[in-house]
Amino acid sequence: MAINLKELSKKTVPLSPGHRACAGCGSIITIKLVLMAAEDPIVCVSATGCMEVVTTIYPYTAWRVPFMHNAFENAAATLSGIETAYRSLLGQGKISGKIKFIAFGGDGGTYDIGLQSLSGAMERGHDMLYVCYDNEAYMNTGIQRSSSTPFCAATSTSPVGKASRGKKQYPKDLTKIMVAHRLPYVAQASPHNWQDLMAKTRKALSIEGPKFMNVISSCHRGWRVPMTDSLEVCRLAVESCYWPLFEVEDGAWKLNYRPRQKLPITEWIKGQKRFAHLLKPENQPMVARMQEEVDRRWGELLQLCGEKAG
Amino acid sequence: MADEKGYRDIPIGGIIVEAGNAAEYKTGGWRTYRPRVDKGKCIDCLRCWLLCPDVCIYVEDGKMAGYDYDHCKGCGICAHICPVKAIEMVLETEGAGAADSRGRFGSRKK
Repeated sequence: MAINLKELSKKTVPLSPGHRACAGCGSIITIKLVLMAAEDPIVCVSATGCMEVVTTIYPYTAWRVPFMHNAFENAAATLSGIETAYRSLLGQGKISGKIKFIAFGGDGGTYDIGLQSLSGAMERGHDMLYVCYDNEAYMNTGIQRSSSTPFCAATSTSPVGKASRGKKQYPKDLTKIMVAHRLPYVAQASPHNWQDLMAKTRKALSIEGPKFMNVISSCHRGWRVPMTDSLEVCRLAVESCYWPLFEVEDGAWKLNYRPRQKLPITEWIKGQKRFAHLLKPENQPMVARMQEEVDRRWGELLQLCGEKAG
Repeated sequence: MADEKGYRDIPIGGIIVEAGNAAEYKTGGWRTYRPRVDKGKCIDCLRCWLLCPDVCIYVEDGKMAGYDYDHCKGCGICAHICPVKAIEMVLETEGAGAADSRGRFGSRKK
């Protein structure tokens, strides 16, 4: 499913300029790409978070599609209600035509606060796509750790100092948790590889039932990278196999991209100031532990996808 | 910013009925560096248009047709991802576009 940009450029972008995302925001690129990939009319919901705040500062909205925000924890529940209302109206003959439903949530609203409502909506089998734009911390409120924050990353609640060297835990593997829901489609993507992300969005929307996509979306304020590097740092996450691109369709795992040469994790962390302490010689053992965990998860994934180890 | 409204003027539920009206809010004043495109080098691949976080690149008849400087925040992603390096970032104060700039803080009023 190749994406033809010339064709795409004839349509209005479903997101308007004038939103208040930071210059060079990675998450808004993810949202924009997902919206642009959708071919049928869509209705969107967002959990509380950066993307909800920056796009809907009253009395303005940057959404050119119907959009609703409810609360932090219930984006999936809210959208499942909208989807149910749509089916009911269809049945009553009060509405016609195909409408697709997309919920967005950051890692805070998805991995942590919204997990139970997401799990519920997926289990009930609503015909909707949930997209997590994973920027790896609560960026909107001042960079507090979330369960997606990488091992050793400095945040305002996992600081670096004498007593603490960043986050102590490894991130939760949410994509796998969603696979365990036995959904018809689960995928992991990155905005730097827009063909892959948009093709996955189209595929997800073409499948009936509950779908989930986890998309790494850099936050240059929280990751402490220059704003021009928002996409580059996502690319390095993929090239170092920290964020592999894969999809699981009806339980069948497929690796979508295998780096020609897997980069060491240091290539990803060295440009990010949230990991600056890891470059000191005394913290080398922590880098080794981080690499070990990345390798372990990558090895597991290769096995699940039926790929050769390495 | 629109005129201050009382609760009687706001639609029920605080809904915003005008889709995409954020475009009325100008964010161009955030910019420090201004992108400038060399159309002689540009191959109209439209990647900049696709990946611009601020929806600030005009496309006409499938060709990259310049910038919406009222909203461009000057992040430089377009220059970074351009496969033929046709876009350069120039300091706003030195940029040639003083005429179409809306000043240091942009135009907040409609």
